[in-house]
Amino acid sequence: MCGIVGLFIKDKALEPRLGELTAQMLATMCERGPDSAGFAVYGAPESGKAKLTVQSADADKDFAGLDAALSKTLGVPVEFDRKSTHAVITVPADKADAARAAIKANHPGVRIMSAGETIEIYKEVGWPTDVSEQFHLKEMSGSHAIGHTRMATESAVTTMGAHPFSTGADQCLVHNGSLSNHNSLKRKLKHDGMTFETENDSEVAAAYLTWRMNQGMNLGQALEKSLDDLDGFFTFVVGTKNGFGVIRDPIACKPAVMAETDQYVAFGSEYRALAGLPGIDKAKIWEPEPATVYFWER
Amino acid sequence: MRTIDLAVTPLRELNSELHRQSDGTNEAQWEILNPRGQHAVAVGVDAPIKVAVRGPVGYYGGGMNKKATITIHGSAGPGVAENMMSGSVVVKGDASQYAGATGRGGLLVIEGNAASRCGISMKGIDIVVRGNIGHMSAFMAQSGHLVVLGNAGDALGDSIYEAKLFVRGSVKSLGADCIEKEMRPEHHQHLATLLDKAGITDVKTSEFKRYGSARKLYTFNIDNADAY
Repeated sequence: MCGIVGLFIKDKALEPRLGELTAQMLATMCERGPDSAGFAVYGAPESGKAKLTVQSADADKDFAGLDAALSKTLGVPVEFDRKSTHAVITVPADKADAARAAIKANHPGVRIMSAGETIEIYKEVGWPTDVSEQFHLKEMSGSHAIGHTRMATESAVTTMGAHPFSTGADQCLVHNGSLSNHNSLKRKLKHDGMTFETENDSEVAAAYLTWRMNQGMNLGQALEKSLDDLDGFFTFVVGTKNGFGVIRDPIACKPAVMAETDQYVAFGSEYRALAGLPGIDKAKIWEPEPATVYFWER
Repeated sequence: MRTIDLAVTPLRELNSELHRQSDGTNEAQWEILNPRGQHAVAVGVDAPIKVAVRGPVGYYGGGMNKKATITIHGSAGPGVAENMMSGSVVVKGDASQYAGATGRGGLLVIEGNAASRCGISMKGIDIVVRGNIGHMSAFMAQSGHLVVLGNAGDALGDSIYEAKLFVRGSVKSLGADCIEKEMRPEHHQHLATLLDKAGITDVKTSEFKRYGSARKLYTFNIDNADAY
């Protein structure tokens, strides 16, 4: 089944409430995906800085001295902000790739959830409201956020198998459905240099869009292409640094409803997810059409 | 009139109260507040009562209805009025996929648009949609009528049996074994009755085209015997 929520804020005055509203939306989707949950939050960028969100199953051990070790390898100070099993590491933008490589090489227990200027991804196994409280989602602010509650079908219930998946800087994808050609597509993407962390079908979709965007397409064009290349059931909600996209496969049996006001664009697997948003009574509410790209940018 | 606020009363309590009503009940008018997209609002009612739902409902709103007149003052999620037996369900907003699926009788009116698979496997229900309907509508529709004032999406009436479809706007494509058919006087007459029941007075029956089964798929054809 799975539940998806997404909020793309148009009115800056609402940005401080991004986390609170996303948490409230996510809470309504617990039954749709009780085994794990996750969310991507796009906060304010810091000039010249990049952020890595990392996770560990044994955070006390793996995070101890991680900042000092990274600082030494990179030769610059790093900021380290731990949030439960996750931490946000901020480094100078030109050191982002080196930081990523250093973590992979020297800290095998530490997994990279996301990297970019604004994105932070948090995800864990467990009841969705517990997961959102574990990371204090309510207190986060930013321009847009995408959340997911998972009922696993195609791969194991693990932290890494939870959504969102991030396969490129400031990119993320959540998925409701199941893909049937992910294995063959994965081989092709691997051949072109894409790397994968899991056996999950949705990660292949995320990597596919990253691959397309690396070829110079924008998110909207990449989504359009995905209709030709992905086979299976999907409703995707996708985020980039300044964009927010939605697409459903041509059969469109995975539910979706959207709302738009002057203040925001919102996505929910069901109307329940939208019911608590400000001004929802006056919002334009519609079901996204099958095989149609919806895409907002700021 | 009984008013039940779903912000306070649990959904199961509402539905049990509704199920306690039967023919001749004195509590003929019900108002349901704050549904906020909850699932299964006012399902399984079996009494000639009037129920007004003030806001959007989630899955299966008014499902399995028998005798009641249910009006949803908002949009409806997937499967509104699913398997309705009799009575009526009116949706003032849009309806999501498979509206009126497998309905056996009664009247479903959708004043906005209906999404995909509207009237899938319908078996006697009458459905009137003021707006458009999505793809695969009336799939394997067995009997009853589907009236659409707007346009129909892809594969209308795929593998249809004996349901009658009337569409005023365009049909993106017809499904297997569904064809356009002549509008004979009895069809105009029946369509007029359905429009009247749905409270629609601003369109003429001459603006509609009729679609139905070519009867080549579901009836056995001796020429195809080799295929089995």
